[in-house]
Amino acid sequence: MEQPTMGAMQMTFDDKKESKPASGAIKMSARDVKVFYGDAEAIHGVNMDLYENEVVAFIGPSGCGKSTFLRCFNRMNDTIDIARVTGEILLDGQDIHDKKLDVVQLRAQVGMVFQKPNPFPKSIYENIAYGPRLHGLVDNKSDLDEIVETSLQRAGLWKEVKDRLDSPGTGLSGGQQQRLCIARAIAVSPEVILMDEPCSALDPIATSIIEELIDELKGSFTIAIVTHNMQQAARVSDKTAFFHLGDLVEINATREIFTNPQDSRTEDYITGRFG
Amino acid sequence: MNNLVLIVVLLMMLALVYQIGLVRSRKVAITTSGSKVRLHSRPVYHGVLLAIWTVVPAALIYAIWNFLQPGIIESMVVAQLPPEALAGTDNDLRILLRRITNLSTGFGLTDEALPYELTAAAYMQQLRVTGQTFMFALIASIAAAALVFNWKRIQPELRARNHVERVVRFLLIACSTVAILTTVGIVLSMFGEAMRFFSFVSPMDFFFGTTWNPRFSTIGASGQTGFGMLPLLWGTLMIALIALAIAVPVGLMAAIYLAEYAPSKVRSVAKPVIEVLAGIPTIVYGFFALITVGPFLSTFGATLGLDIRATSALTAGVVMGIMIIPFISSLSDDIITQVPKAMRDGSLGLGATKSETIRKVVLPAALPGIVGAILLAASRAIGETMIVVLAAGNSPVLTANPFDAVSTMTVTIVNQLTGDLDFASPQSLVAFALGLTLFVITLCLNVVALVIVRKYREQYE
Repeated sequence: MEQPTMGAMQMTFDDKKESKPASGAIKMSARDVKVFYGDAEAIHGVNMDLYENEVVAFIGPSGCGKSTFLRCFNRMNDTIDIARVTGEILLDGQDIHDKKLDVVQLRAQVGMVFQKPNPFPKSIYENIAYGPRLHGLVDNKSDLDEIVETSLQRAGLWKEVKDRLDSPGTGLSGGQQQRLCIARAIAVSPEVILMDEPCSALDPIATSIIEELIDELKGSFTIAIVTHNMQQAARVSDKTAFFHLGDLVEINATREIFTNPQDSRTEDYITGRFG
Repeated sequence: MNNLVLIVVLLMMLALVYQIGLVRSRKVAITTSGSKVRLHSRPVYHGVLLAIWTVVPAALIYAIWNFLQPGIIESMVVAQLPPEALAGTDNDLRILLRRITNLSTGFGLTDEALPYELTAAAYMQQLRVTGQTFMFALIASIAAAALVFNWKRIQPELRARNHVERVVRFLLIACSTVAILTTVGIVLSMFGEAMRFFSFVSPMDFFFGTTWNPRFSTIGASGQTGFGMLPLLWGTLMIALIALAIAVPVGLMAAIYLAEYAPSKVRSVAKPVIEVLAGIPTIVYGFFALITVGPFLSTFGATLGLDIRATSALTAGVVMGIMIIPFISSLSDDIITQVPKAMRDGSLGLGATKSETIRKVVLPAALPGIVGAILLAASRAIGETMIVVLAAGNSPVLTANPFDAVSTMTVTIVNQLTGDLDFASPQSLVAFALGLTLFVITLCLNVVALVIVRKYREQYE
């Protein structure tokens, strides 16, 4: 994994990704999604498909609505009183706004990792065990132990914490906390993982560890990641979506977006003229 | 001179001094050549500093003089008393001096004054007037000298701003010292009186005795019985427990509703309304208990076949519970609101429902604060007086039945300190021992609350 280069926009791409095309099945899709905060329209009718085992990066200047749009996929905008979402979002062809669909179940299928690491003020073990217990995924302690271990292993944290599972999750370093949050999300076996600027509060080394992790996780999950860091988008994603002022301006293969943008706004942004 | 007039005059002079400092500093800012020098501090600070340094020495002299003057005058009066007046004991002399003082201040005596007493009184009066005159002269000259001295010190480079800062800090320290010393003083005086009580009654009998019946005991230095405080302690605890049993669930759930479920409009109305409960005078709660709740509970008990007295531990406890609901709900609400939104998002994002999130993430995170709120309410309940005076029935017996009348430590303190008092008898001194015990109990509660909060404080990041 290359470190971000300073100064000129020298993009590095992971060529392995392009040799291996996405498997093709659509996991989630958004059709004409609009989000309103009170009367203000924050997202103006966006269409997008998330494919299985593919990483899509959302980029764009601050306030362009990329996080808001991301939060539509697991209906986290429901938790904001004044937010209202219209349009259609499908998970495996099923509308997630359907009255019959249980939002709690949806969030188990579509997990989320937040901008700031937010481990619960509980032990490392309890942080991971929280989700599986809620959803009744395990019947006994040994199954739970196994889930905790595999989740931590997949998040690359097992070796560092296996001797102190009982110590508080909040005592870990920032990068470890974020991997704990990823492990926590994995523990409920989601199909999609949404990441809202997962590295923005981390130092470069912790960031590169998370980026490697995302690369590994893509084998099992569909991943959408919001990032401010264009190098990060270039390094981890298969596709990149550029948002501007609540519009999805352009979505394409990451290399295409960064080398041959179709829209002048995209070009201005990636060449650093604004944002 | 009337004190009020004196204060007004002094304040006016102070304002004048402030103005003098202000003007002087502006003047020194302009050099002989007419160009302006930059002052280190703004003129305002020079004015304030000048006023402070004029007042402080004068005030110190005033305080010291008033502290020393009575003693000096007395010894001067004693020195010129005729030998026959000094023949008696020290106590006689003290009485004589008091008579002379009363005569000199025009307070008068009940019997005829002796001639030498009258002379001494006149002398004392004269001394006092002279002393007063001297004092004012001294204060005025000190203040004037300080004014001139500090006026000369006003120079562009004088760091008046930093000096004022130091004075302000000193003032703040002095104020907090007053609060601390007051607390220490109260505790010490209670401790002293309680020790006097324990010279009559052994601490074992007091702390572990099961009978409270001090009124009918024979008065004397020994053989005091009936000072066992256990019935009172038990009554206090029982009522506090009943109150908490009502206030904790209600207050906590109200807090959860306000913090997590209520729309902001409801919250902005409901929270102040609940807090009004805390503003109702406790005597009003007492009426309410006596006139409404007690009879209601009594009738209600009768329909269930229970014998509930109108004034009982239950009545007092229920009403006290209502009183402390706002303590618990308001504090807990603040604490729950402080749990970061990221915690809730994390839990909701994993597919937890709202109530699961509250139970498993928000409440555990807020628990130390909530425990603190409950303990605070508990110490409030233990120290509460008016409700129990009116509604607990005042019957200091050891009973486990909450439907019976009981008495509490606070009620007993009230009883022992009202009516004809002899402050040397254990019957009134026991109030101080009870007060000290109450104080220790609430102190322990607060310390425990602090320890819990510190030990289990959850780090959010």
